[in-house]
Formats: sequence, structure tokens, C-alpha cells
Amino acid sequence: MKLALGPLLYFWSRDDVLAFYRQVRDWPVDVVYLGEAVCSKRRGVRLEDWLAIADELTAAGKEVVLSTLALIEAESELLTLRRLVDNGRFAVEANDMGAVRLAAGKVPFVAGPHLNAYNCETLGLFRDLGARRWVMPVELSRDTLAAIQACRPAGLETEVFAFGRMPLAFSARCFTARHYNLPKDDCQLRCGDFSDGLVLNSQEGEQFLAMNGIQTQSAATCNLIGVVSELKELDVEVLRLSPQSRHMDKVVGAFRAVIDGTLTPQQGIDALQGLTRGEPCNGYWYGSAGLAWLEQGEVSEARAQSGG
Amino acid sequence: MAKKVELVCPAGSLPALRAAVDNGADAVYMGFRDGTNARNFPGLNFDERAAREGIRYARERGRKVLLALNTYPQPQGWNIWTGAVDKAAELGVDALILADVGLMRYAHKTHPNLRLHLSVQGSATSYEAINLYREQFNIQRVVLPRVLSMAQVKRVMEHTDAEIEVFAFGSLCVMVEGRCYLSSYATGESPNTCGACSPAKAVEWRETAKGREVRLGGVLIDMYKPGEAAGYPVLCKGRYEVNGAVSYAIEEPTSLSVLDILPELVRMGISAIKVEGRQRSPAYVAQVTRVLREALDAAERNPDTYTPRSDWVAALDKVAEGSTHTLGALDRAWQ
Repeated sequence: MKLALGPLLYFWSRDDVLAFYRQVRDWPVDVVYLGEAVCSKRRGVRLEDWLAIADELTAAGKEVVLSTLALIEAESELLTLRRLVDNGRFAVEANDMGAVRLAAGKVPFVAGPHLNAYNCETLGLFRDLGARRWVMPVELSRDTLAAIQACRPAGLETEVFAFGRMPLAFSARCFTARHYNLPKDDCQLRCGDFSDGLVLNSQEGEQFLAMNGIQTQSAATCNLIGVVSELKELDVEVLRLSPQSRHMDKVVGAFRAVIDGTLTPQQGIDALQGLTRGEPCNGYWYGSAGLAWLEQGEVSEARAQSGG
Repeated sequence: MAKKVELVCPAGSLPALRAAVDNGADAVYMGFRDGTNARNFPGLNFDERAAREGIRYARERGRKVLLALNTYPQPQGWNIWTGAVDKAAELGVDALILADVGLMRYAHKTHPNLRLHLSVQGSATSYEAINLYREQFNIQRVVLPRVLSMAQVKRVMEHTDAEIEVFAFGSLCVMVEGRCYLSSYATGESPNTCGACSPAKAVEWRETAKGREVRLGGVLIDMYKPGEAAGYPVLCKGRYEVNGAVSYAIEEPTSLSVLDILPELVRMGISAIKVEGRQRSPAYVAQVTRVLREALDAAERNPDTYTPRSDWVAALDKVAEGSTHTLGALDRAWQ
């Protein structure tokens, strides 16, 4: 089973990004997704920078995939998309059907988590167009994954989002800019102030969502480290860990250890205690509300703790 | 001379369908009574007999009937969705409105003569995406997600020969349709999986000393003071606390209305405008259809002198969420 580092979803400074990926070279991850998947106004790290990082990670033995923007609205975004697809060296993660069209028959691609692959007919089309891996949408359950694995087209790897604040929605509107009463066209890149998103709480103080520019994430951190053996049994080839600003080395290490069997799942859960940016959640895996944390199919938490 | 713009109105029930047809809709859209469509609410939608009756009623008056199958089937339920495609073909609807690529593949293969529209839930926001659907499945029309500005809509139209449909009125989705999991995050059910956003069974109202609480899946999404108007609770229009301040952090309760820009839409060559609201009453459908029929006729007759009449605006605001309206993303300032 391979470990992948998902695309960095936050707007960190160029120095922080470069420093982060320098560390990644030595981490036990097999695949690294690079690039800006959220907002085209974030230009601190240019395509040339991403390609340089990609070269270094390739030299360190990692498989590199370039991620495309999830929401494409402007012509300039299509231009960037074409440049990515035509990079000539690296596979791309298509996060929009426009990206699928541009990649089809030209470059091997990963069907990203925002493409809405809910069944095997859909995967069949992606495979026919050149996909070699797909990432399951975060809202799908273990039971659906099992059903899809039973009919998935040959030659297509399965990747599951296993750690991190989950991308839940995209909008034309920038919620970080809105919070500061700034128009999107003059957003002053305020999302750069929040290295793990800006948390939105219920009026009784329950952390609910994290605003990350035009993207809305879960405030809770998805954590499937406790079900790694189930993921293995379902023939999942890749687990995706989505970067957070701190402790990512320990997160990667714990997942690697559970995959290799040097930590039990429970030890893995314990190892990540206190290291997740939000409260842990795994509800989607059990076909429940995404924010819930369940143990062995039993609701223990998420809400009860916060008094709901 | 541009082709006439089609007015597409919601039919959540037979009475709503008749209300739409009687008040001037060119086409109505409906869904079957199950999770195959994105308005899967108790008491709504059509069984086979009602569907046949609705199609007959519309056809006799020269109107079209579109059928929405715009949720995403999972393998466990695959046969229900393909069964719905087959049933729709047999009923002879004028077009299917699909979101799922797999289902499009099935429909295109199995019923090559059946006209296909891409649902707003299909999230096609660029001409590259639209053209993929066109090439693969011969999609005839695309309903655009409510994320593009007018200039961007225009750009899309210049680069595809697919017909373009935009939303004209109704509850406003703030997020890109088809890619929003907020509802399932709180309740376990989303538009994609179950055809419902903020499903009624997950809603909880409670009177407390501080006011009237509303929860969704247990999460407190708003709190109303006595006398304050409360709408149907959807996650993106609740009041939350961010950095110490409580506000509508995502969006206020409001409805989309394109009344102000109808002439521009007509000039651009939009093929159809759509009214949201299969979950609303026949009275709502009648009211909104009547106003938009008059407004659209006026805009087509004389786009240069068109101004929205104040009685139209008032009539629409009366049935609008939050009793107010916006152009949404069509207006860059909203973004």
C-alpha cells in the first residue's frame, strides 16, 4: 500500500512551501501531488517553482503528479490548465471535467476527488480516456468503496482520502475575503493568514467548517488510520494524506508504521492524538454524517462531546 | 433574429405542473418519486401514472417535459437509476437531465435518440468541460452552475455549440452544484447521494430561553430572536461565529433573480432560463411562472427599452427566500 501526500490546499508563503517540500524528500511517502488546486489568484509559487520541486522529489524517488484547479471559471485558468497538461514530464490529477478533456489521450491522469466518480461506469469512461488512478469522493462510504472495488475497471488504481481537513465545497465567492469585507477582486490574499483555514464555529462554539478562500473544508480532520487494515483488505492501493501546517512528518510516520504493521491501528490512533488540526472524524467511512467519529461502527462522538 | 428563449419551470407535483403550463412555461421539469433526482423530499415528485398524466397535459398544450435524473448512483443502486432512464425513455419525455457520467454513458448507449441535458449538478463551468460531455454523450444542452459572471457565461457560449440554460429565479446555491458535501457532512445525506440538501428529517427546531434554535444533524446552524422570520434551514445560509463575530458567514437567505438582466441574456443567445423550486407550492410556481413569462416576453419584444416592472419585482420578492434577491455570481461584486 502506497502513501500519497495530497496537494497543499492552503496558501502558504513561498518560503514555507519550499521548506515543506524539502522535508518531504525524506518522508516515507510514495506519491506527491503538487500545485494549486484551490484558487488561481495564489501566485506565490509559480508553475516553474512547482516543476523544480517536482524534479527534486522525483530525484528523491517519489512519484510526482501535478494537480489541477478544482473550479475553472476564467480563460486564464484554462491557459494554466493547458500548460500543466502539456508539461511533458509529469502526470496530472484532473480535478475538473475540462482537465479530463485536455488530458484525454495525451497524458496519463489521476481522476481527482472532485470529479464525482460514484460508480464503475463512470470509472470505465475515465479509464478509457487515460486515467490510471481515481480518488474516491470524500463523502462515499466503506460499503460503496467495497462495491466499486468489486467492479472497477482493470488498470485503475484506487486512492482514498485518509487524513486531513476534507474539501467539502467550492464557490465563486471567496469566504475569507467576505469575512474581511473585501471584494474578491481585491482580496489581498488574506487566506494566506490562515495556514490551516479560518474556522467557522456554531453559535455554541462547536468548530464546524474551515474556510479556505473559495473552498469550504471540514473543521474536523478526517482520520482513517484506525481502518488501514480494512482499506488493505479492499485492495486500496494508495492512501492520501492532506497536508496540514504542523506535525505532518509525524502523521506520515504513523500511517507508514500502521501500514507496515509496526504500530497497531489503536496505537496509530493514539499516536495522532492531539496532532490533528481539528477534532478527528471518520463518519463518512461508516456511511454516517462526515463530522462524526465512530469506533467499530458505534457512534461515540463528534457531537456528544460538544454538547449537541 | 435570435431563437426564442425557453422558460423552464419546476413541477414537483401534478398541480404544480399544471400551474406552470397554465401560466406560460415552455417546458416543465420533474423527477420520479425516489432518490434519482435532486429534490427527493417526502410527498413530492411523480409516480408512473402521474408522470403519464403530466406529460399528456403538457403535450396537449404544446409544452415540453424534461425529466431530472440528476443524482449520482452508487453500484448498490445502479439498477434503480438505469431503470429510471429506461422508464423515462418509454414515457417519451422530451429530454433527460443527467449529472452522472456513468448514467450518461448508459443513456447514450441504450437510447441513442433520447435527448440529453447536462444538469447543473454536473458542474460544467468551462467550455472544455461542456465539450467533453458533448463529444462523449452528444449532450444537447447544459445548465450552468451558479458560479460564472456574465462575461464568463458569454465566453463559454462563444466556445461551444451546446445550448446554454441558466437559472433565472429561486433559492440560490452558493456552492458549485454537484460538488457540495456540506449537507452530508452534517447529516449523512447530500444532493449527490440522496437527492436532498439539508433533509427535513435531520432538521430540529427548539424553543429556548435565548431564542428559537435550529439544528441540522445536531449542529446549531442558526438562532432566531422572538418575532424574527425563519426560513427553511440550509447550512450555507446559517449564522455562525468567525473570529468572535456572528454573521451570515457564507450567504444571507436570499433568492437569485435575473429580472434586471433579461435583455442581456436574450441578446447573448441563451437557450433557456430556469426557475428553481420543485419543492415549492403550486401557488409559487404559478406566481413565478406568470411574472417571468411577462418579463421574458417584454425583454424579447423590446430589449432596448425593457425595465423590470415594480409589480414583477414585488411579486417575486414575496416568494423569495429572505424576501430579497440577488444576481449572485453573475454580478462580479457578489463574488
